Amino acid sequence: MSEFFRIAWLVMQKDIRVESRSRELVYTTAFFATSCVLVFSIAFVRGGRPIDEAEAGIVWVALAYTGQLALSRTFERELSHDALRGLLLAPVERSSVFVGKLLGIVMLMVVVEVVVVFFVSLFFSGTLFKHVFWFSALMASGTIGFAAVGALFAAMLARTQSRTVLLPVLLYPVTVPILIAGVSGTVALIQPEPNLDLARFWLALTIFFDVVFLTLTLWTFEPLMTE
Amino acid sequence: MTRRLFNPLLVVAAGMFAAAPILVALAPNEVTMGLVAKIVYFHVPVWFMMFLGVFICGIASGVYLFKDKQSADRLAVSAAELAVLFGLMGLTTGPLWARVSWGLWWPWDVRTTLALILELNFVAYLLLRKYGGPGSEKLAAGLALFGMFNVPFVYVSVNVWRTLHPETTVVPTLPGPMAGPFWWCVIAYLALFLVMLSGRRRLEEQRAIVDRLRLAHER
Repeated sequence: MSEFFRIAWLVMQKDIRVESRSRELVYTTAFFATSCVLVFSIAFVRGGRPIDEAEAGIVWVALAYTGQLALSRTFERELSHDALRGLLLAPVERSSVFVGKLLGIVMLMVVVEVVVVFFVSLFFSGTLFKHVFWFSALMASGTIGFAAVGALFAAMLARTQSRTVLLPVLLYPVTVPILIAGVSGTVALIQPEPNLDLARFWLALTIFFDVVFLTLTLWTFEPLMTE
Repeated sequence: MTRRLFNPLLVVAAGMFAAAPILVALAPNEVTMGLVAKIVYFHVPVWFMMFLGVFICGIASGVYLFKDKQSADRLAVSAAELAVLFGLMGLTTGPLWARVSWGLWWPWDVRTTLALILELNFVAYLLLRKYGGPGSEKLAAGLALFGMFNVPFVYVSVNVWRTLHPETTVVPTLPGPMAGPFWWCVIAYLALFLVMLSGRRRLEEQRAIVDRLRLAHER
């Protein structure tokens, strides 16, 4: 078990080191997230005022779009010099490699979320910070579920033709339940009188999705990543 | 299902569908929604078949993924196409009923939303198989597994979160004059589903034989 986590940690460190040298993904996805928030803010403003509760949907949609970009680019990187084949040929459990990639993607998405939440709060008067703990828990569990499914699909599509268009086609129908739970939970938190019971229900559902999807991704990674 | 059962089942399905409109017309009207509620005799069985298709596809995909059986893959793609077809029928009859009953084409409640997601999931399965190139069968099998695991969320959504949809306890509590035509339609759709599944699977088998022959010839 310790070997499993050691390999996952090594793979994650490798991804962080590659990213820290170029900072390509952090800059491009953060900028894309900002553009997303801007476009949605323009779309959901009436008479100079934002539509009620629009910020909940905007946060999660921006996360979904930038997450998908980050996922496809993360695995595209592995195609150069056959790095993906090298990872798969390594004499270690493949699921530990997957967990390492997943951790790297989650960390990248957390950085993007900080940018998204900052700009959404700026444009929508800070309603997202009413219950920081529950909101953060909701974002964290939603990110993990989205990243787990996304990492699996991005990995299995990395060497497929039409991967650019197929990743969103596959990813969004499967992750929409997480997005629904995330948006509904966020809406419950930003009400003038927040409904904490409802937010906790949606958080519990998101955690349940995470457990199911993480189990499924770890179980299917090995047979899916074939030559 | 063997080829021997295909013809008898086709006759049974045709006969049951010929009788179904008569049985539905003779069934009493529902108290609150009247004649309009009779769409339930088609709408609900169609969704049952969609779920059946999803489960068959998911289980066959699991067998294909872990045991590498080509016959399981052929069954999975056949079931996926039927799941999409019956889902499309459900997504057509549902809004027709919703418009008259609730005044809107799409209610955005949890069950309809998640049912749409399930449909999109299996449309994505078919797109992946068509455009994913070589090796996409295994990838699609993985996607089908995810789709299958979403089904319990669709079914229990009404019980967990109250919505406009009738609760799942409605079907077991249908009164006798309504239950008879309802289960007749369920069995008729089941017969149709099995006929179509068998035919489609046979088509995939023959396609595999033609591919093998072509490859042998090219060598």
